[in-house]
Amino acid sequence: MAVQAARFSPAAGIASLFRWFTRTRRKYRTEWWIMLAGVVIISTIVAMTLFPHVFTRYSPTDQAAGGQMTAPSRTHIMGTDNLSRDVWARMVYGAKTILGVAIAAALLSAIIGIPLGLLSGFVGGAFDRILSLVMDSVYSFPGLILAIAFAAMLGPGVINITLAVAVVYIPTHFRLVRGQTLSIKEEVYVEAARAIGARRGTILSRYIFPNVIATVVVILSLNIADAIMTEAALSYIGLGLPAGIPDWGMDLSMGKKFLPSGTWWMITFPGVMIVLLALGFTMLGEGLAEILNPRLLER
Amino acid sequence: MRHLLSYVITRVLLAIPMIFIMLTLVFVVLRVMPGDPVSAMLGGHAPEKVIQQKKLELGLNKPIAAQYMEYLGKLARLDLGDSMIFKQKVSQPILEKLPATLELTLFGMLMSLGLGIPLGVFAARRRRSGGDFAARLYANIVYCIPVFWMGLMLQLIFGVWLGWFPIAGRTSARLEVSSFSKTGFYIIDTLRLGNLAAFGDVMWHLVLPSLTLGVVLSGIFVRLTRANMLDVLKSDYILAARARGIPERKVVYNHGLRNALIPIVTMLGLQFSLLLAGAILTESTFSWPGMGRLLLERIYLRDYPTIQGVIVVYALFVSAVSLFVDLLYAAIDPRVKY
Repeated sequence: MAVQAARFSPAAGIASLFRWFTRTRRKYRTEWWIMLAGVVIISTIVAMTLFPHVFTRYSPTDQAAGGQMTAPSRTHIMGTDNLSRDVWARMVYGAKTILGVAIAAALLSAIIGIPLGLLSGFVGGAFDRILSLVMDSVYSFPGLILAIAFAAMLGPGVINITLAVAVVYIPTHFRLVRGQTLSIKEEVYVEAARAIGARRGTILSRYIFPNVIATVVVILSLNIADAIMTEAALSYIGLGLPAGIPDWGMDLSMGKKFLPSGTWWMITFPGVMIVLLALGFTMLGEGLAEILNPRLLER
Repeated sequence: MRHLLSYVITRVLLAIPMIFIMLTLVFVVLRVMPGDPVSAMLGGHAPEKVIQQKKLELGLNKPIAAQYMEYLGKLARLDLGDSMIFKQKVSQPILEKLPATLELTLFGMLMSLGLGIPLGVFAARRRRSGGDFAARLYANIVYCIPVFWMGLMLQLIFGVWLGWFPIAGRTSARLEVSSFSKTGFYIIDTLRLGNLAAFGDVMWHLVLPSLTLGVVLSGIFVRLTRANMLDVLKSDYILAARARGIPERKVVYNHGLRNALIPIVTMLGLQFSLLLAGAILTESTFSWPGMGRLLLERIYLRDYPTIQGVIVVYALFVSAVSLFVDLLYAAIDPRVKY
C-alpha cells in the first residue's frame, strides 16, 4: 500500500488500480475468487435497483398481478403474496430500499466515526479517554437494541431508519481508526513530518489518514453486510419503513402471518435475498481483508 | 483470593459508566424525539386540557434535566420507577419476563457451542479436505443468515411441514402454568416438582427457538475453534504427546482442545450481546414472552420508564456476563491471575 499521500490523478489512479488487480490475482488466488463472487452478487443486485423493469414485467404494488397466494409457477416464478402481488417483483424493487439504507448508514457511521477516531487517537489525553469510554459503552451494548430504540423514537421513514442503523456502527469505525492512529502516530515517517515542521492538520490528513483508509474499506464492506441484516430486522419487527415502499424485511413479517397455512414462498425468497446480499458484502470484505491486511480479522 | 475480590470490585465499578451512558442516551433520545406517551395513551384527538393534566401527573412538563435528576435519584435507590401506562412498578413486568429470556439465551448459547466447537475441531483435524471446506462454508453462510429468517424457516420445516415441534410460546395451551410456576424458570420449576410431563413440554417448546439462536451463532465458533485448533495442533507439546504414544483422540481433545478453548471463552463474552439482540428477534418470531417482546410492546406505547428499565437490565446483563467470562477465563487458563 502507498505509504505517502500522493496527489490524486484519476488516470494514474485507475492505472495503478489495474496493476494492483493483476498482481493480487496471481498472489491471492482463493481470496480473489471469493472477492469476485461477492462483486458479482452485489453487481447483480445493484443492477436490479437501477433497471428493475429488465428483471420483471410486474409492478411491486400491483394488487392484480395474479391470484392470491399462488405457489411459484411459470407466470410468477416466486408466486404471489396475500395481496396478489408478484413476489419476484417485490424482490426486485425492494432491493433499492435495503441496499440504499445499508450503504447510506454504513457511510454515515464512517463519516462520523473516522474523524472522531483519528482525532481521539491523535490528540489523546482526557478527550480521548472520555470519548473512548462513551464509544466502548455503546459498542458493548447490543447494537440491535440501540437501533430499535432509535428507530422507534424517530418513527418510520427511509432517513430515520438510516440514522437508527448508522448509530450502531459509529463505535466500530471509531475503535478501529483510533487503534490504527495510535500505532501509526509512532511511525518514523510521522516523526519525520513533525521534524520538518508539518502542521498537525497536515500530519493527520496527509500522513495518518491515508494509512488508515485501507482497513476502513474492509470494515466498511463488512459493516454494510451487517447493516443489511439490521435494516431487515428493524423492518421485520415493524419499525422500518412506511407501508407502500417494497421492503424485504417487511415482506418477511407479512409472510410470517401466513406461515401456518404453508405459503413457503412468501418467507423463503425475501430471506434468500437478504442472505445473498449480506453474503456478497461479506465475501467482498473478507477477500479484501485477506489481500490488504491479512492480520486484521484475526484480532 | 483477595486479588480476585478486588478485581471483581473494580470490574463492577467499571460497569457503572457503561450503564450510565446507555441510560443517559436512551433517556435523552426518548424525550427529544417526537411522540410522547400521553398522546399514545389518549389518542390524537384528546382535548388540550386533558393532555396537559396528564402530563402534569406524569411529571412530563418539567425540564428534561429535572426529570433526569429525579430518575437518577430513584435509580440510586434501586427503584426503576413506575410504568406510565399501566398501574405497576417497572420492575414487575421485567421480573416476570426475564426468566423466559434467560432460559432462551442460555439454551441458545449451549446449542451454538454444541454445534460450533465439534464442527470446528472436525474441520481442523481434516484441514484442506472436503469436510473442512464444507464446515467453513457452513460457518460463513450461517453468519449471514438473519436470526428471524432462520426462525421462520425452522418453523416452516419442523413446525408446519413435519409437525414435530410447536412454533409459538413456552408451553402448550393445555398446560396450567400457574400450577407449577414459581420462579418463572419453567425448567427449574417443573423439575423441582418432579412434573416430568410439564418438563418435557417446556423443553419441547425450547427446541426450535434455541436451535435458531444456536445455528446462527455457531458459525463464529466454528471459525474460531478451527483457527485455534490449527494453531494448537502445530505446537510442540502436541508433538510430544503424540510421540509418547497417547491415542490421537486424547491428544486432540485433552491436550489440544483444552488449550484452544481459551480464546473461545473470550469470544463467548463478546458474542453475548449478539445473542441478546438475536433473542429479541427470536422472541418476536416464536411469540416467546420475554424481555424483547416487552421492550417492543412498550416502545409502541411510549412507556418511557419501562423502556429505560429494560435497557438498564440489558446493560446489567451484558456487564455481568462479561465479568463472569473473565472469571471463567482464570478457571480454564491457570496462567491467568487477577
